[in-house]
Amino acid sequence: MEKPGGASLRLHGVTVRYRGRAAVDGVDLDVAAGEFIVLLGPSGSGKSTLLRTINRLVLPDAGTIEIDGRDAAAEPPEALRRGIGYAIQAVGLFPHLSVARNIAVVPELLGWGQARIAARVEALLALVRLDPARYRDRYPRELSGGEQQRVGVARALAAEPRLLLMDEPFGAVDAIVRADLQEETLRIHRMLGTTILFVTHDVDEALRLADRIVVLKDGCIEQVGSPLNVLANPATDYVAALLDSKDAVRRLQLLNARDALRSATARPEMAKGDDWPRVTPQATLREVLSVLLGGASRTMVANDDEVLGSLSFDDVRAALARTEG
Amino acid sequence: MDYLLQHPGTVAWRTLQHIELVAAALAIACAIAFPLGVVVARKRRIGGIILAALNAIYTIPSLALFALLIPLLGIGTWTALVALVLYAQMLLVRNVAVGLRGVSPALIDAARGLGMSAAQIFWRVEVPQALPVIVGGVRLASIALISLATLASWIDAGGLGALVLYGLQHDDPSRAVAGALAAAVLAIVADVGLRRLQHRWE
Repeated sequence: MEKPGGASLRLHGVTVRYRGRAAVDGVDLDVAAGEFIVLLGPSGSGKSTLLRTINRLVLPDAGTIEIDGRDAAAEPPEALRRGIGYAIQAVGLFPHLSVARNIAVVPELLGWGQARIAARVEALLALVRLDPARYRDRYPRELSGGEQQRVGVARALAAEPRLLLMDEPFGAVDAIVRADLQEETLRIHRMLGTTILFVTHDVDEALRLADRIVVLKDGCIEQVGSPLNVLANPATDYVAALLDSKDAVRRLQLLNARDALRSATARPEMAKGDDWPRVTPQATLREVLSVLLGGASRTMVANDDEVLGSLSFDDVRAALARTEG
Repeated sequence: MDYLLQHPGTVAWRTLQHIELVAAALAIACAIAFPLGVVVARKRRIGGIILAALNAIYTIPSLALFALLIPLLGIGTWTALVALVLYAQMLLVRNVAVGLRGVSPALIDAARGLGMSAAQIFWRVEVPQALPVIVGGVRLASIALISLATLASWIDAGGLGALVLYGLQHDDPSRAVAGALAAAVLAIVADVGLRRLQHRWE
């Protein structure tokens, strides 16, 4: 599939008032092309409202939104929205339309030819790993929650948008399916390079997906930063409480064995014990910790053909300490 | 059954007349009820007034409604048509409004987010979603009209009611039974047919 790339986004002073109260209050945010941004906060924090200002489902009372340097307010809202992917919970699929027709909604609005739409539907179903021959003509109610969600993502990507807005898209599926869908979303993001803004109240989901997390409280940005940064150095008590940042195990999940090898005691020459359990460099420190808790004094970090070093409890602790700073 | 066997042609002719009257009334009623239903679904205050007025019409006993219309329209098919159209409004408008109000807000949000215009959302999402309920209203209305139309013969509008009325007035029960039977069959056929249509969209 062609790589359409991502749009850059600039929010300046975006404010939305509901009955005098600011639901979104002067938000400034710059998003680079191809970034995966997660808007994180509890309900009422304004994260969904902020997202919806971008495709003008909510009109801001003040502030500007630029997409690729162009003012989003300059375009008719329908035309703007057709150029931006939009995915919500599975209930957003049209029950009276087949999977193929659901995916074809935006291309049809844009007046694409039948052949081009059919080819696009095939490609998108393949992209979200649903066999086109099996799923094309089925109806949403005949699909599982996870399958419906995949169709929702395919529909959002139908017109090759450079910007994708996802509003708690995986809120209605169980934990196992959600993890699977998160993995797929990351894969598609890497493949297409689309800029993604993703709203969630699920901290683990935010940590897993985001290049940068935007933590919101009462319509204001509390902190913006990488998952590790936000978790290790919460800017406010609110952020610390929301992310439960004292939970060291959660932070270990964001670090991998390769990061920890930078510690002084973890030099390659230390990797001698043949009976030490092995992990890959990509293994998270949580997995390493789990292996160490199994009884080994050290665990060996190795690719298929190369031993990179070894890690002990102290190395894991040191890696954790380095994230605070 | 004697009458039916001896005069199948008359029964068929009266049945056809009955169908014509009901079909015409239903078509006109739908054309009026659809926009009214949309208004009721969208505008709470005006909608409440419309529904109250239709409800009032609906509670008038049917023969009394025919009687009320005679000074305005005289007797005959036109009067019957107007009465049937008025009666059907309540059932049709209510179902159009209920159907449209029942469309999930998430679907409308998704449709807006994908870039549909208000008209596209209405025709491509709201109407198809409301269709089973709307067809349900048409089904109820058609059964009610088939039954009501038998009274139309009282004001000389023909139909199967003419057989019933004549049979009762001239001590010819088999003629009355033939008319009643045909009307019942008609109602059952309409019910089954429209029920199928309704389920196809669900």
